[in-house]
Amino acid sequence: MGNPNKAKAEKGVMRWVDDRFPATQMWQEHLSKYYAPKNFNFWYFFGSLALLALVNQILTGVWLTMSFNPSAEGAFDSVEYIMRDVEWGWLIRYMHTTGASAFFLVVYLHMFRGLLYGSYKAPRELVWVFGMTIYLVLMAEAFMGYLLPWGQMSYWGAQVIISLFSAIPAIGPDLAQWVRGDFLISGITLNRFFALHVVALPIVILALVVLHIIALHEVGSNNPDGIDIKQKKDEAGVPLDGIPFHPYYTVKDLVGVAVFLFVFCVVVFYFPEGGGYFIERPNFDQANPLQTPDHIAPVWYMTPFYAILRAITFSVFGLDAKFLGVIFMGAAIAILFVLPWLDRSPVRSMRYKGWMSKVMLLLFAISFVILGILGVLPSTTGRTILAQTCTVIYFAFFVLMPVYTKLEKTKPVPERVTG
Amino acid sequence: MKKHLLGLLFALVPVTAMAAGGASVPHSMEPDLHDQASLQNGMKLYVNYCMGCHSLQYQRFARAADDLGMPQDLVEENLIFSPELAYNDQMHIAMDSGDAEGWFGAPPPDLSLKTRVRGTDWIYSYLLGFYKDPSRPTGVNNTVFDLVAMPNVLEPLQGVQELVCAETDHPVEGQEPDALSGKYQSCDVLQVTEPGELEPAEFEEAVYDLTNFLAYVGEPSKLQAQALAPKVLIFIFIFGVIAYLLKREYWRDIH
Repeated sequence: MGNPNKAKAEKGVMRWVDDRFPATQMWQEHLSKYYAPKNFNFWYFFGSLALLALVNQILTGVWLTMSFNPSAEGAFDSVEYIMRDVEWGWLIRYMHTTGASAFFLVVYLHMFRGLLYGSYKAPRELVWVFGMTIYLVLMAEAFMGYLLPWGQMSYWGAQVIISLFSAIPAIGPDLAQWVRGDFLISGITLNRFFALHVVALPIVILALVVLHIIALHEVGSNNPDGIDIKQKKDEAGVPLDGIPFHPYYTVKDLVGVAVFLFVFCVVVFYFPEGGGYFIERPNFDQANPLQTPDHIAPVWYMTPFYAILRAITFSVFGLDAKFLGVIFMGAAIAILFVLPWLDRSPVRSMRYKGWMSKVMLLLFAISFVILGILGVLPSTTGRTILAQTCTVIYFAFFVLMPVYTKLEKTKPVPERVTG
Repeated sequence: MKKHLLGLLFALVPVTAMAAGGASVPHSMEPDLHDQASLQNGMKLYVNYCMGCHSLQYQRFARAADDLGMPQDLVEENLIFSPELAYNDQMHIAMDSGDAEGWFGAPPPDLSLKTRVRGTDWIYSYLLGFYKDPSRPTGVNNTVFDLVAMPNVLEPLQGVQELVCAETDHPVEGQEPDALSGKYQSCDVLQVTEPGELEPAEFEEAVYDLTNFLAYVGEPSKLQAQALAPKVLIFIFIFGVIAYLLKREYWRDIH
């Protein structure tokens, strides 16, 4: 290979390309000579799977736009046209709708991995912040995409969420109208959501994914032990516990891809509605501004935050409950961004943290799931109390983190990865 | 602690399963998209009894003919009544929706996707749920859809059904079953009092066929999906095995 710093192929086509574009160098930096810790476990499949889900959404999305009609008059019909008259349209559409849920599922597991092994801690703060930004934009992307089929739940879900803007004092109602582009959700809203969903936000997401990976490859991957493999290197400067991402993790991730695709295809072919959670039943009725569905619930991946919104049923300091709910919902997402600066523990991985961190993470994860379930259900007094309890736990996990990570006794961290 | 919270979690699960379902219905049916005789009979019933008012605006005659195994000439002779509709057309109706609104209060809805909105159990129970009610303009009411505007168009087949007081197998709220027969007393029992062309069991079968056909119309691609799925899954499985063997080979030296 010659001088690895030059990273030039010896001869032929690659030599010609490398003289003009750092193809071999990039290949090496990001794959064949990117040294990842050798002890990645189950939780480490979800990063590459998220990338796969993104590619699936983009490819199926491009093909859907070829037959979709982004107008209030034509959207609903064109979706059924895709489902029935477009060759393989049903498959492309179900891959897209199931893909949205799959994307969020792997992203949630990917984020949980970060919490579990402290992947957000220095020097990976920016990796985390870029990742969180992807998640935030992804929610906007999914929300806008859900309006496009122009079914009843598309319409009323968007109506409920956009009306949240109107809870903001003074500027609220005008802001909501500005977002809608109309006095109520209309074809104008559909058109702008379509533009944002298929052009603007995907560009932003792709750019953020590039930033996320560049930042990661600059500092190197964390691992289940949360130790820095760059501390121990051989004579050639290769980390002793590192292995080249390609071919080791590319072939390993292929196994993960196969398992993922198997489950994904079972859903796409046999349960595309996901029991009414991926495609909600009322969405098979065309949007009707004059008829509100009995029960409006967002799609499952938004429901934890929706439950937090609804958990705020009281007014404080003259701020009404709806506005407070919006603040709490926003804060629930915003607080994730500052996570790297809340964790004061000397260790990264949960393996070596104390019992307080473990209990808090467990409670947090359970609360998040319960909030997610509560978010799809109509609220009752009992459920509201449960949602409030879970909301308190959700925030306590973050707000108390500087205290319990500092207080607790951590275990000694090994010199080398433990497998 | 963990156990209790998990228990709480599972306690919530049955409730969530209902979130998508809606109101409870007395009958259930499992669609069988491979029973072509049932689907064909369902389509025959649909064009004869329903299609005067209810369109299937997304369903093409030709697609149904292909999927349900019917030759084109038979479909054109027996199932396409309107001279304005061709074999490749969607199943539109001739009734003007403005007129319909005047007659019924609201235009009869298109039924292409109704099984996906309401579920097949609801449609099946609804079609079986009409009973005589002279106080209604159409002379009938419905156990599943109170104050329904639609007349019982299947009455020639079913006969006249009435709500009567009788013994029933269905549990009645606040009532213990009879010690000997195990039955309940109820005044919400549907009974055919004037027979129609079909026996009650035959009629239920006809309604099954009709609901089955509507289930097919709701998602014709399901037939394609079920045919394709095993091939795709086997392919992915083999791919997974090869990927795993490849991974094991590469990782042999990593300790």
